Amino acid sequence: MISFERVSKRYDEGYDALRDVSFTINKDDLVFLTGHSGAGKSTLMRLIMLMERPTRGDVLVDGINLASVGSRAIARHRRDIGVVFQNHQLLFDRTVFDNVALPLVICGYDHREVGRRVRAALDKVGLLERERALPVTLSGGEQQRVGIARAVVGRPKILLADEPTGNLDPALSAEIMTLFEDFSKVGVTVLIASHDLALISRLHHRIITLREGRLVTGTAT
Amino acid sequence: MSRAKGREGASQSRTDWRDQYNSWLRHHRLSAADSLRRVLEHPWSSLLTWMVIGIALALPVGLNLALDNAQIVSAQWDSPAQISLFLKSDLAVEDARRLELQLAGADNISTTALIPKDAALEEFRELSGFTDVLASLDENPLPHLIIISPVPGLAPQAVITLQEELLAMPGIEQAVLDMEWLQRLNSLMELGHRIVYALGAMLVLGVALILGNTIRLAIENRREEIVIVKLVGGSNAFVRRPFLYTGLWYGVGGGVIAAVLLGLTLWLLQSPAQNLAGLYQSSFSLQGLGLMGGLNLVVLGGLLGLFGAALAVSRHLSHIEPR
Repeated sequence: MISFERVSKRYDEGYDALRDVSFTINKDDLVFLTGHSGAGKSTLMRLIMLMERPTRGDVLVDGINLASVGSRAIARHRRDIGVVFQNHQLLFDRTVFDNVALPLVICGYDHREVGRRVRAALDKVGLLERERALPVTLSGGEQQRVGIARAVVGRPKILLADEPTGNLDPALSAEIMTLFEDFSKVGVTVLIASHDLALISRLHHRIITLREGRLVTGTAT
Repeated sequence: MSRAKGREGASQSRTDWRDQYNSWLRHHRLSAADSLRRVLEHPWSSLLTWMVIGIALALPVGLNLALDNAQIVSAQWDSPAQISLFLKSDLAVEDARRLELQLAGADNISTTALIPKDAALEEFRELSGFTDVLASLDENPLPHLIIISPVPGLAPQAVITLQEELLAMPGIEQAVLDMEWLQRLNSLMELGHRIVYALGAMLVLGVALILGNTIRLAIENRREEIVIVKLVGGSNAFVRRPFLYTGLWYGVGGGVIAAVLLGLTLWLLQSPAQNLAGLYQSSFSLQGLGLMGGLNLVVLGGLLGLFGAALAVSRHLSHIEPR
């Protein structure tokens, strides 16, 4: 589903974020991406989302080489990927419902379908009764779950999560990881960047480790 | 098998196309309503923007209207142009009278009046007070004079042609057209129109820039939202649409204000103008914008709003990318 072929990324300032990275993630895999901050985790995710282009090498998503995706097609490409951000990236002047509905509104679903799908997603993350709330009235864990609901509401093929448990307590973190496992069971490819080694080593999934932009473990599929 | 599959593919793509069109339409409706809601959410600042645009639009349109009205008035003054014909000094009074009769029969001349040189001298003596000086003259230095007026409604150019024809006639020394002040007025108004157009162009450009700046601020205010929308797959067109509608609403509101301002001004001026016209025995009344003029103003405002917004959006939106 996601495949990196000898990918390097050098930023304009001459800093090498990724060096010669190759790996493949199969459909409905759940893979953890780990490493110290600055090891290249975020860059790797940004390449998948086309927020950056690689300096060398090819990134393939769902069989499509991203080098062939022009700037006008980036928006369409992102609609196939659900993303959960560490800082949630919610719209604070909109209700929980409207936040989760955003990807569906962008895709142009009619409002009945939007309502149905948004409630299904909110139900899945256990926030159905908060749909009229504004994000500021929610706790950190609840905000993160709104972000997850928004990421999965469009039924993406791929789910990316950048430090989704970054500032949550262990119990909440475990709960959120269980959510991700559920999504991978229904055929979603999940890639989670996390440095919470204690948590992810308990979950028995494949782990890709980066160190200073190089792949250390996890090459095999 | 393959035919069935082909048909299925075709119907699939047709529904895709229809879905896309429906969702496009739905988003337009949504953007329009959402932008209008945002504009109305801050009624005072929106009203200020509308007033600025309204005044900037009303100024050139109002001046143009004033000039149009002035032209209607001056058109009523076109007819009383007179041509004074000074006859050759050796012409006898009988010949002058014959010439007058001949001119009175012409199609494009409505009235003629002969002032023989003796009568002219008498009049001059009375009016000027140079009685002694004039008495010392051996003979009357004045020529016979025929004053003619062209038929009413004759075009200024035709009057000039008439003057030239008269000048070519035997017995006529000089033909003086008493129309220069009218020509001056006309060229003054022509100049006025040009000035109004230049002023209008500048103000229209100003309106577009004001709107562009307003939209730029709106974009800055919603920077985070734009980033998030782009991250979850919103295309540039999707991000652009609400701002274009915001510009449209500001422009349309400005156009409405401009039409209302002009309507009010005309309403205030109507009765003094009629009084003034009454004193000059004229039936003139002020010409307003009319319904179509008002609608045009609203449409113009809307178009300017869209243009200004497009300017701002193309300039600022592309710089906002998720980092």
